[in-house]
Amino acid sequence: MEKIITKNLNLWYGDFQALKNVNSGFKANKITAIIGPSGCGKSTLLRVFNRMNDLIEGVKMNGEILVEGENILNPDIDLVNLRKKVGMVFQRPNPFPLSIYENIVFGEKIHGDNIKKDKLYDIVEESLKSVLLWDELKDRLNKSAMKLSLEQKQRLCIARLIAVKSDILLMDEPCSALDPQSTARIEELMRELKNNYTIIIVTHNMQQAARVSDNTGFMLFGELVEFRDTHEIFTAPSDKRTEDYITGRYG
Amino acid sequence: MKRNPHRTQNIAFFFLLVAMLLIVVPVSLIVVIIIQKGLPAINWQFLSDVPRQGMRAGGIFPAIVGTIYLVTGAIIFALPIGLLAAIYLSEYSKDNPLNRIIKLAIVNLAGVPSVVYGLFGLALFVVFFKFGASILSGSLTLGIMILPIIITTSREALESVPQSFREVSLSLGASKWQTIRHIVLPNAIPGILTGTILGLGRAAGETAPILFTVAAFYLPQLPKSIFDQAMALPYHLYVISTQVPNVDEKIRYGTAFVLLALVLFMNLVAIIIRYKFRKKKKW
Repeated sequence: MEKIITKNLNLWYGDFQALKNVNSGFKANKITAIIGPSGCGKSTLLRVFNRMNDLIEGVKMNGEILVEGENILNPDIDLVNLRKKVGMVFQRPNPFPLSIYENIVFGEKIHGDNIKKDKLYDIVEESLKSVLLWDELKDRLNKSAMKLSLEQKQRLCIARLIAVKSDILLMDEPCSALDPQSTARIEELMRELKNNYTIIIVTHNMQQAARVSDNTGFMLFGELVEFRDTHEIFTAPSDKRTEDYITGRYG
Repeated sequence: MKRNPHRTQNIAFFFLLVAMLLIVVPVSLIVVIIIQKGLPAINWQFLSDVPRQGMRAGGIFPAIVGTIYLVTGAIIFALPIGLLAAIYLSEYSKDNPLNRIIKLAIVNLAGVPSVVYGLFGLALFVVFFKFGASILSGSLTLGIMILPIIITTSREALESVPQSFREVSLSLGASKWQTIRHIVLPNAIPGILTGTILGLGRAAGETAPILFTVAAFYLPQLPKSIFDQAMALPYHLYVISTQVPNVDEKIRYGTAFVLLALVLFMNLVAIIIRYKFRKKKKW
């Protein structure tokens, strides 16, 4: 089943067309990687799924983006619900300068209808457990999240999404600030999470895409050149441009 | 001829040092002289008594109280408006020529001579709104004078909160206002407070804006309502220094000392807040 479908999606920043006629389908409970050289539009594509591009002035879009069957380019769409459902992990781990506990309950505080304290505590425990941080951090939930290591921060950011019960996790180069060991552990976590979540990851690290994803899309100059099973795209690319990129001829 | 870089450097250092001394020496001299001549006048009676014998004796209590009233009134008026304007300018307004002109105008308002604010306050509050020469008129005039300071520093404080905090908050489904309320404002408060206190210090020390709008020449009792006139430290100092003959030097310098101490104290609080904030700053 496809969680997100784009149909003839075009996007312009002012006069510059950043996405050209993108047709794609992102399967539920799979990890889909989007690869491509810098400036190819892969982050732009990711950021249309929770309408984060709205923050940039002069953005125009047409086409259709269906998230669980609902066109999110519809002007009546409830952005709050969309962004609860479609969470985003950013390139630089960016916890709020609050305690670990407060970081996780932030979403509940924003959306919340006066949830009881022990219920909140349960949410914190559950979210931290699902990112495998609970044992490390359970004794210092009230310490500042800014004191954690980069990897812990990034896990915390994922836990913060789990706490608002996102279905879809958008990850924008989530490991580019991390060392190789931390990267490996975050990838392990992603494999774990895909049982319950649909994950889309943007990366310029081809090895990472090959290791972690089920499907891969290759983008170039705003076009989605090829979008297939990860194993196939890396062993037998059907487009010359994909082949040139993954064999390292450019990018 | 080839220049000796070492000597050029020494010459440059010399001029930089002279420029620095030109600033530091007069300021230190002012402070030292005022402390030296003013401190002996300070005692409990001076601080708590009304002026007596045509201001040649007694204390300056009504002027201290008047200044505190005026500063408080100015801040009650200027802080909410200034903060809301700063939030609008930094978070909501789009980057277009009109808004750039507005921002530039606000920065420039901070440089308008204070006597112009005084005349403006006279025309608007005293005459047009018929508040008369009163604490209300004076506070509003001082408030308008410090608005640009509060808006500019608050805007800078808001803008220094990293953009990524706003992005994450919005990406978690928070509305723009929730983002401002829960994430941006709490992280900007120290900067806003610093600006506010600097504005307060300015309001406490200015004579011209209160000259026509509130200040009483001699009023040996405390104001009873915001529609009363009041004495104020800077104006009192002006009066006893130039308008009343034969005032003991001690009293004049004592008044200057109290005013200076009040302003320095406010600035000190601002510095402490900023210092604590820097140490706690986490990004």
